[in-house]
Amino acid sequence: MVKIDVRDLNVWFGDKHVLKNIDVGLKPNAVTAIMGPSGCGKTTFIRAINRLNELIVGSRTTGEIYIADKNIYAKETDVYDLRRRVGMVFQKPNPFPQSIFDNVAFGPRTHGVGSEENLQKIVEGSLREAALWDEVHDRLKDSALDLSGGQQQRLCIARALAVNPDIILMDEPCSALDPAATAKIEALMRKLTEKYTVIIVTHNLQQAARVADFTAFLYLGRLVEYGDTRSVFENPSSKLTENYITGKFG
Amino acid sequence: MMAKRLGRKRHVVRKIKGILLYCLCLIGIMISLVSLIILLYDAFTDGLPWLDFQFLTSFPSRFPEQAGILAALFGSIWVVSLVAIISFPLGVGAALYLEEYAPQNWLTSFIQLNIANLAGVPSIVYGILGLGLFVEALALGRSILAGALTMTLLILPVIIIASREAIRSVPQAYRAGAYALGATRWQVTRRIVLPQALPGMLTGAILALSRAIGETAPMIAIAALVYIRFVPTGPLDRFTVMPIQIFNWVNLPQHEFRGLAAAGIMVLLAILLGMNSIAIFIRNRYQKRAK
Repeated sequence: MVKIDVRDLNVWFGDKHVLKNIDVGLKPNAVTAIMGPSGCGKTTFIRAINRLNELIVGSRTTGEIYIADKNIYAKETDVYDLRRRVGMVFQKPNPFPQSIFDNVAFGPRTHGVGSEENLQKIVEGSLREAALWDEVHDRLKDSALDLSGGQQQRLCIARALAVNPDIILMDEPCSALDPAATAKIEALMRKLTEKYTVIIVTHNLQQAARVADFTAFLYLGRLVEYGDTRSVFENPSSKLTENYITGKFG
Repeated sequence: MMAKRLGRKRHVVRKIKGILLYCLCLIGIMISLVSLIILLYDAFTDGLPWLDFQFLTSFPSRFPEQAGILAALFGSIWVVSLVAIISFPLGVGAALYLEEYAPQNWLTSFIQLNIANLAGVPSIVYGILGLGLFVEALALGRSILAGALTMTLLILPVIIIASREAIRSVPQAYRAGAYALGATRWQVTRRIVLPQALPGMLTGAILALSRAIGETAPMIAIAALVYIRFVPTGPLDRFTVMPIQIFNWVNLPQHEFRGLAAAGIMVLLAILLGMNSIAIFIRNRYQKRAK
């Protein structure tokens, strides 16, 4: 079974051909790691899944991505609903300069949840799911910017969960965090697979090995290797992948 | 050995350069500070004897001891209030359009370039434009409204430029975060960009209004040098403003009127300081809330 079916995906930024003929089927309720050296198109790839590349002037995308049998690049796709269903967590924690509560409530409010009672329920549920509730439940009105980096990133995860997505994209979510905070996020990722499909960009090989069920290796905009994590790491089919994993280049 | 000495020499030169630059900056700030203090001292010594309740509550008169600034004071308040109401939404709207909505093409860059140019146009040109457009073509007469609209044109470029700076200073990560949650462009603008940019916008707007309240040339073109012996009650009344009144007094032959002018300057400065304090107060409050 495939959750996200990518077919012949190409992305250009101006004249730069960033992603080249990507064909891949990503599995549901699993963590898929996208790894590869800097500038290989990892971030562009996951931003193609929620069509966030479109915010960049001069970007162009061809090909199809099917989620639940619907091509998200079809004309009739509601891009705002797509982004609700495909949540995203960024490399640097980016909570809004508002209270913790307002951060989590931002998405639901955006999509029309008005009643305070419902918002309270959603905020609590999302914070619990992101394993942050116990740390912040008595200071929901405090500014989100007062939280530590790791807490901010879990808040961003809660914010993404609050609009009830079924896919979560994470763009190097731990690269700005210390090892303890990283461990918490990684444990959270594993737990999230119970309900969600998680796609994570990383250039930390150990992280991919620790948390990912499946791993894709991108190099210079091409998908070089894709398979379950163990076979990619232990028995890569491509020499490129092997060289990358053994640290011959990075 | 050689290299070491060379290194030390370079170090000394660098240090001297640093001290020189520091002195230069200090001289710069001193020149502006000292001239401001001299100006204030001069205005205060001349004006203080004239500044009393009678001065604030009287209309202009041929007799210095009966003359006051009431009409001009209310004229200025009327004009600045109207300018604020008209120019802030227009300026912020234009800035939001240019930063968040406009496609990046030659037309947008052409508009942006010309806004910057408009900010540099001499104010008397706006005065003449206002005279032709608002006073005559639109038949508003020499009214407060005509004056306010002219002033709006004058400070709009400044407000737009300041607002665009404020909008640009909102981190892109906030926008990306909001878009990624499925927010529309308007939702991102209203709920993320605008609250973040508002303090900067307000600061820019109030500084622009401070400029408007002190402008003389375009106001002379619109309101003309006349004696107004009443307090305006509506936007279509005739009016005068404080800089015109001050200008008027300075031009009169009797020495006493120079004292009146100085007193007028003190009132004008007090209003300017008041407005700037309000700007700072609003900005601090918003910034605290944002944090």
